[in-house]
Amino acid sequence: MAERPEDLNLPNAVITRIIKEALLDGVNSSKEAQSAISRAASVFVLYATSCANNFVMKGKCKTLNASDVLSTMEEMEFQRFVTPLKEALEAYRREQKGKKEASEQKKKDKDKKTDSEEQDKSRDEDEGRLEEEEQNEEEEVDN
Amino acid sequence: MADVVVGKDKCGEQRLVSLPLSRIRVIMKSSPEVSSINQEALVLTAKATELFVQYLATYSYRHGSGKEKKALTYSDLSNTAEESETFQFLADILPKKILASKYLKMLKEKRGEEENNKDDSEDDEAES
Repeated sequence: MAERPEDLNLPNAVITRIIKEALLDGVNSSKEAQSAISRAASVFVLYATSCANNFVMKGKCKTLNASDVLSTMEEMEFQRFVTPLKEALEAYRREQKGKKEASEQKKKDKDKKTDSEEQDKSRDEDEGRLEEEEQNEEEEVDN
Repeated sequence: MADVVVGKDKCGEQRLVSLPLSRIRVIMKSSPEVSSINQEALVLTAKATELFVQYLATYSYRHGSGKEKKALTYSDLSNTAEESETFQFLADILPKKILASKYLKMLKEKRGEEENNKDDSEDDEAES
């Protein structure tokens, strides 16, 4: 798969913001430093992916999953990342669960609405028929 | 298809992660051995990258000489890549900068050494 070189870069604005928030107030970073950190971040992703793949190969499943990423961080000597990553994973799973429940509830509500609409519709049809019958009877009487 | 899911969920994920998941995914997929990536793994890799950026920036600043100027400079980063084992994988992309004049001097000295070695070996041959 051919990617253009810029596709492998991360957006400068986001990188710069992360750096700024990490460094104390009043500390600047040169444009050159920002660009270098951005490149380093891309290399980090590549290196981490390659390393994680070793863990994937060991298992039966061919998909790179969360625990592979956590093992990789330990392997790369970034143990300090493991706790915050586990917390992020918990938060992500809670969020996904919430979204799923919300969409299931929405679907339930929609089905309920459709059911009651159908009931109203059939009721209206019945009433319509009744009116017609009454009209017919009147006409007959006139005759 | 997964990118569409990422695009939709991006709003939700912005709170957990600021880096764009689609871009992280492109970088990960450029690795030839990788077949498929679980969405959780993608989120964690993005988060880990953010932690990495923070760590690299603060570590380099603390250990670098830019501290006097209250600024993080490129040389702080290349020092980190050279001196810290954890960040050694960055050494190739964060090379030390050298003044052109110094480099030319180094080349000259190296060439001088090579010539001296050559002379010595010729002498040896003459003797035998």
